[in-house]
Amino acid sequence: MRAGNRHFGGTTLLAMAALTSLGGCANQMAVLNPMGAVGAQEKTLILAAFWVMLIVVIPVFFMTFWFAWKYRASNKAATYAPKWDYSGKIEAVVWLVPAVIVAALGVLAWKYSHELDPYRPIEPGIKPVNIEVVALDWKWLFIYPDQGIATVNRLVIPAGVPVSLRLTSDSVMNSFFIPQLGSQIYAMAGMQTRLHLLADRPGVYEGLNTQFSGAGFSGQHFEAVATSKLGFDEWIKQIEASPNRLDEAAFHKLEAPSRNNPVTYFSAVKPHLFSEIIGKYLPNGAPPAAGRGVAARIESGNSPPKKTGTT
Amino acid sequence: MESTLFGKLTVSAVPYDNPIIMGAVGFSLLAGAVVVGLITYYGKWGYLWKEWLTSVDHKKIGVMYIILALIMLLRGFADAIMMRAQQAVAEGSSQGYLPPYHYDQIFSAHGTIMIFFMAMPFLVGLMNIAVPLQIGARDVAFPFMNAISLWLTVISAALVMVSLGVGDFSHAGWTGYPPLSETQYSPGPGVDYWIWSLQLSGIGSLMTGINFFTTIMKMRAPGMTLMKMPIFTWAALVTTMLMALAFPVLTVTLGLLTLDRYLGTHFFTNGVGGNLMMFPNLFWMWGHPEVYILILPAFGVFSEVVATFSQKRLFGYRSMVYATIAIGVLSFAVWLHHFFTMGAGADVNAFFGIATMVIAVPTGVKIFNWLFTMYRGRVQFTVPIRWTLAFIVTFCIGGMSGVLMSVPPADFVLHNSEFLVAHFHNMLIPGALFGYFAGYAYWFPKAFGFRLDEKWGKRAFWAWVIGFYLAFMPLYVLGFMGMPRRLEHYDNPAWQPYLEVAAAGAAVILVGIICQAVQLIVSIRRREQTRDLSGDPWNGRTLEWSVSSPPPFYNFAQIPVVHDLDAFTDMKEKGIAYQRPAEYHDIHMPKNTSAGFVIGMFAFAFGFAMIWHIWWLALAGALGVLITLIVRSANDDTDYHVPAAEVERIENERHRLLAQAGTAARRPGEAAPQFVHQV
Repeated sequence: MRAGNRHFGGTTLLAMAALTSLGGCANQMAVLNPMGAVGAQEKTLILAAFWVMLIVVIPVFFMTFWFAWKYRASNKAATYAPKWDYSGKIEAVVWLVPAVIVAALGVLAWKYSHELDPYRPIEPGIKPVNIEVVALDWKWLFIYPDQGIATVNRLVIPAGVPVSLRLTSDSVMNSFFIPQLGSQIYAMAGMQTRLHLLADRPGVYEGLNTQFSGAGFSGQHFEAVATSKLGFDEWIKQIEASPNRLDEAAFHKLEAPSRNNPVTYFSAVKPHLFSEIIGKYLPNGAPPAAGRGVAARIESGNSPPKKTGTT
Repeated sequence: MESTLFGKLTVSAVPYDNPIIMGAVGFSLLAGAVVVGLITYYGKWGYLWKEWLTSVDHKKIGVMYIILALIMLLRGFADAIMMRAQQAVAEGSSQGYLPPYHYDQIFSAHGTIMIFFMAMPFLVGLMNIAVPLQIGARDVAFPFMNAISLWLTVISAALVMVSLGVGDFSHAGWTGYPPLSETQYSPGPGVDYWIWSLQLSGIGSLMTGINFFTTIMKMRAPGMTLMKMPIFTWAALVTTMLMALAFPVLTVTLGLLTLDRYLGTHFFTNGVGGNLMMFPNLFWMWGHPEVYILILPAFGVFSEVVATFSQKRLFGYRSMVYATIAIGVLSFAVWLHHFFTMGAGADVNAFFGIATMVIAVPTGVKIFNWLFTMYRGRVQFTVPIRWTLAFIVTFCIGGMSGVLMSVPPADFVLHNSEFLVAHFHNMLIPGALFGYFAGYAYWFPKAFGFRLDEKWGKRAFWAWVIGFYLAFMPLYVLGFMGMPRRLEHYDNPAWQPYLEVAAAGAAVILVGIICQAVQLIVSIRRREQTRDLSGDPWNGRTLEWSVSSPPPFYNFAQIPVVHDLDAFTDMKEKGIAYQRPAEYHDIHMPKNTSAGFVIGMFAFAFGFAMIWHIWWLALAGALGVLITLIVRSANDDTDYHVPAAEVERIENERHRLLAQAGTAARRPGEAAPQFVHQV
């Protein structure tokens, strides 16, 4: 059984190494180092679920080694009951304890699924920044409909202000994710999904596509920059001075597959471009009937007309 | 004219310019040539054909399934170690040695191979070897269909191997989500290789499900009620139900994608009414039950192993049965947890999240019942029980990460990350593969008549377990660091050390695989020393240990009568094990047939032709399958009777060996005479 002990030692060592590395480079652990309300709650949830589960898992670890060692064949001093195969009390405990824990986790899951629903606006009192996100091969297009500007592979948002994202894809399925700000959501052609995020503090956060999308997938990331409110307005002005305009021709050029696309700014965007991108995948341009559940939420095409920039 | 003859197939389909692929092709061809050469040298072609390729004997079919599984394990692992090597180096300015398109095919092939052509054949092989023996049957319900299942699986694996050198394999991941897998984004033959290898082997799996379900329901020995069935057979029964119910969904899903790709329909395309969201829903309606198809038989093995090597009755048998059924039922109600991030409402996400967590309850019950089986037992630390112990501990970690991800908002930050990769390997390597390895060591002496070498088995065990932790624990950390799966290149130096450790882990696992190869060679060379004369090397508890090792082709000279869950232990205790009947009777057995093999070859031609759009060959292949089936169905000469005298001769030899082994009815707790365990 010497070997068994070595196993135990190995596991413990690994667990410790893992914990040390968790503590040692916390700033690199994007998911455990959230910079926004959504991410922070998700981190709390992960840790809570983890600790609750240890109530079952630690006894299992302990019992595995203890039983295997104590009842090893060479230990003739241990009780041997070859016919013993049932105990109502043990059965009750092994069914009930996991059931209670799962019930508790179920309550958490239900509560937080609703609170952290990506479709749910954050702090409805504050007017959010609206951004339309289009996944392209293999880059991200961000349209700011209220400002009438657009960027490629750089998302700039004011810290402390909720961000309301509408997402679609002009290619295969993508998944939009900024690990330090929280939830990811799929972007799919002919459909619109929603995501609400909030950055607490100014900073530069990595954003990416997590859904494999083809040859340029590995380079399909972007910088999400959270600035001060003032900095955001400054930045808008800067973009408005850019000579690039995202008209029909420019978009046509942009949607061609490209890898490691550089950051690009557009001072003007063709009106209703986002709706048009969705609309081109709809049969006859007609929005499908909205049902309940998924169909109603993954809104089709023509989103409500909004003020968009002039070309 | 050329396109009529060869479809889309041209000489340029062979990637001559890629040294890595050509190396792999060369190695595969060389290995094949060595095998063919050895068979020819020893003049074994006739033996191979008569005794194996045309066999309908469930034990031989089981062995062939497992040989396929082990070969494909090597291929799947080669893919794995290539990915680990690429990710360990491809940071920043280094692009590594694999371009994206090649890397993407490798991860797609790795997943496809490990699930369909390693895990599935392994578990079906174990079921083939053990189930009929455990229930006291002489074969499966449909022996010929069993051969068709085998050959469809073999030729599907062959199609994946052919894709290495002719054309390419899918780059769309093993799940093949459209629209990436649609013609617009994947015009080449890669996705078609994926479709047809899954489709043909899936039909084989469906038939296996039907076959074993019927076998278990209809062919149990007298006295073996459902609640006296060995626990592995119970696991197999639930598995076969999952196969029979889930695989048709895969068949239809792939069928719709096939229509999209071949006839230009729009089930899953972008636009023109296509809806890509249907595919993940349908795929995982098969895919989640599939996870339990892989895991439940391994749970069954662990249950057998832990009771046998604790020399004690399984604790909480009824609980185990109900837990297995509960897992089987729940497995159909959790599929949406594979895509919480698709934008379904909070109610829908929460429902599927909670349903997923509920599976943890019966699974937890099983874990505790295994532990309480060891409690007050006499635990012998053989190789199979080591796999079991490593499984229990490691699987708990995987279970924790699984329950974490079943909470939808937690999944919102962990989905599609390396955390997910760590999680499902953490479930399937200990939860399925370790179980198959335990079953391999446990039933090897039954299948071949001698035991596997313990020393090399233990070395392999330690390398696998240590390698597993090194390879996958860092991936959990990487998930928290926000690293997505399937990257062939990255620009974050903080990730690299973890990926280097993971690559080292893969190397340690390679050591484990080498130890397993050495174990097999050493065991064969020393087979006279480890010969299993009694047929009961582990002091077994169930009926498969009551017959000789290897069992006679008819399994049981006389069908046993069952009085207890541990039927063979019960016989040994009552002193009626090894009793000879007053007289032997003729035994009705199926004849060997080449039809299964021939159908397989036609199906291969059909699959290959469909992939390359060689319509005449596809038609010929399909007709070949159909005509072979009709001819075989019209043949009434498919079975025969083994004369009682022949049975008696074989049984006399069996009893001579038993006497040589000095085997008499033993009581539990006594070690088998020739088996001395080391602690």
